[in-house]
Amino acid sequence: MNIIVCIKQVPETTDVRINPETNTLIREGVKSIVNPFDMYAIEEGVRLKEKFGGKVTVITMGPPQAEACLREAMSMGIDEGILLCDRAFAGSDTWATSYTLAGAIRKIGQFDLIICGKQASDGDTAQVGPGISTHLDIPQVTYVKKIEEAKNNVMRVERMMEEGFEVIEVPLPALLTVVKEINEPRLPSLKGIMRAKSAKITIWTQKELNLDGQQIGLNGSPTQVIKIFTPPQRKGGEMLTGEPGDIAEKLVNLLKNEVH
Amino acid sequence: MSIHIISQKCTGCALCVKVCPFDAIRITEKKASIDMAKCNICGACVHSCKLKAIIKEEPVSTCAVPDSKDYKGIWVFIEQKNGKVQSVAYELLGKAQELAKSLNCQVSGVFIGNNLDDQLDELIWHGADNIYLIQAPELANFQDEPYTNILVELVKKHKPEILLCGATAIGRSLISRVAIRIKAGLTADCTGLDIDPVRKILLQTRPAFGGNIMATIISPNYRPQMATVRHKVMQPIEPDKHRKGRIIRENFDPSLYASRTKLLDIVEEIETLVNLAEADIIVSGGRGMGGPENFKILEELAHVLNAAMGASRAAVDSGWMPYSHQVGQTGRTVAPKIYIACGISGQIQHLVGMSSSKIIVAINKDPDAPIFKYATYGIVGDLFQIVPALTKKFKEALKK
Repeated sequence: MNIIVCIKQVPETTDVRINPETNTLIREGVKSIVNPFDMYAIEEGVRLKEKFGGKVTVITMGPPQAEACLREAMSMGIDEGILLCDRAFAGSDTWATSYTLAGAIRKIGQFDLIICGKQASDGDTAQVGPGISTHLDIPQVTYVKKIEEAKNNVMRVERMMEEGFEVIEVPLPALLTVVKEINEPRLPSLKGIMRAKSAKITIWTQKELNLDGQQIGLNGSPTQVIKIFTPPQRKGGEMLTGEPGDIAEKLVNLLKNEVH
Repeated sequence: MSIHIISQKCTGCALCVKVCPFDAIRITEKKASIDMAKCNICGACVHSCKLKAIIKEEPVSTCAVPDSKDYKGIWVFIEQKNGKVQSVAYELLGKAQELAKSLNCQVSGVFIGNNLDDQLDELIWHGADNIYLIQAPELANFQDEPYTNILVELVKKHKPEILLCGATAIGRSLISRVAIRIKAGLTADCTGLDIDPVRKILLQTRPAFGGNIMATIISPNYRPQMATVRHKVMQPIEPDKHRKGRIIRENFDPSLYASRTKLLDIVEEIETLVNLAEADIIVSGGRGMGGPENFKILEELAHVLNAAMGASRAAVDSGWMPYSHQVGQTGRTVAPKIYIACGISGQIQHLVGMSSSKIIVAINKDPDAPIFKYATYGIVGDLFQIVPALTKKFKEALKK
């Protein structure tokens, strides 16, 4: 089974803090990590390869330093890493990003499965996975929490919904986006780390991909960010004190208009 | 397509350095410079510069941009499950009615499924001026491909100016595909939607970076302008039983209803009887609960309040509660009227999933727990005494 995992490098949001004096983001020393949801996609890709054989390739689009997240994926058992890196890709929204990733996947050629995390922790859009499958015109299942079975080029998967889950059969090639429940990502082995450190990363620019220049980067992005601002911070409110019974009484009085 | 600094105008005041969310600007020799390897061309610095020394060139679109005058009306995708309209659809109709006043246009619902006729009145009462109704047995349950095909065809045929959809599991899968197919701008999880009074375009405001920053996004050159909105963010209007609406029944070639994926089963999980995303009240437990058996006291409170049960990542990772209850960055994002956090310290990963709740009640034995900085009402104490006392008092107050 040939598998492609798409990942994104994101800032570790736990470190993104607001400077209360200037009311701006403090980004000094913010670490870049692999998007937490993509760790489940990487793990599932490696597990499927271990079970069925084949090859797992990881792709990301980003600045040169995004190479680090490809190496991290490779330390967990991914065979090959491809970085899509070109100033022409900068400013891409989800439309242009999924177009570019789909272009790279076409260049890779033959594949059975694409796996993405359900969304990225910085943008939270959950749009790029479905975007890639639409550009490639392949079926998709989003929010997959379990692969029940895979045989004869058909997968049976469980898709997490608000009230429970759906069981869906999907023919390959297909794209899945996965949620945390699907697995527990492994820690990289020492051997894996050593291998990833020296592995060759393939870099593709617009020249290699030869995409329609009007569909990539800022020009290919229908959405434009016109303003970025810090939301008003929630302020701590009232502390309720006293015996448990008194506290409960106070709280019930404060909330009773909201409770029916 | 680029952003640059006019160095003659720049005084090196560093205001732009502070607002840059990507840490891409440096001051060297009293002049700002942008590291293009880090820059995402978001434009935050442009607005921060009092001297207008930063210029962002707007993209020159040479795509076949639709003539926006041909596009009229606001559409809402009416999500249904088992033939029942989901509450987010009524919330979106309410918002759409408000936006329609600024644009002087009508609001239409797109309703896809089977045997849906009994719910048309309710949709009209809640603000739908028109309902595009597409029914077939094979459309009874949501599936990505047929629903995408239908929505794409409808948009091409009737040309709405704006298309809104719930940011639900179904909505997010569907609408992303539609946006790609018709090349339209799509903004996810908006918390604010407004019409620019001059340009008459949709201003879409949404949180990013886990709610640490807000961004306002537009798609001026593409139609329809598309956005998703989470449950509970917008308000439905009071249903008006005198409202009249038009039903437009549409049929398409059956080949559009074909799906490569096959829905085999829908499994409802009993423990999620009250849907977290739709709940008005959520009672949530964290590490301070001490063990799975103790969630019983939260269940009792939740039962009295008709609330859903939530959990922090710590509680889920310890195996005390199933993942489907997890609130926070790697779980669900919720915005109930009341969020009662019991034994949850309030790590940022949890806060980003619930900080837009209207009222937050925090019960924790540690007075320094970060959650108290966010809580509307904070209680420092033993949750094993306070929660049962709350259950008792609410029971009395609600006469249950």
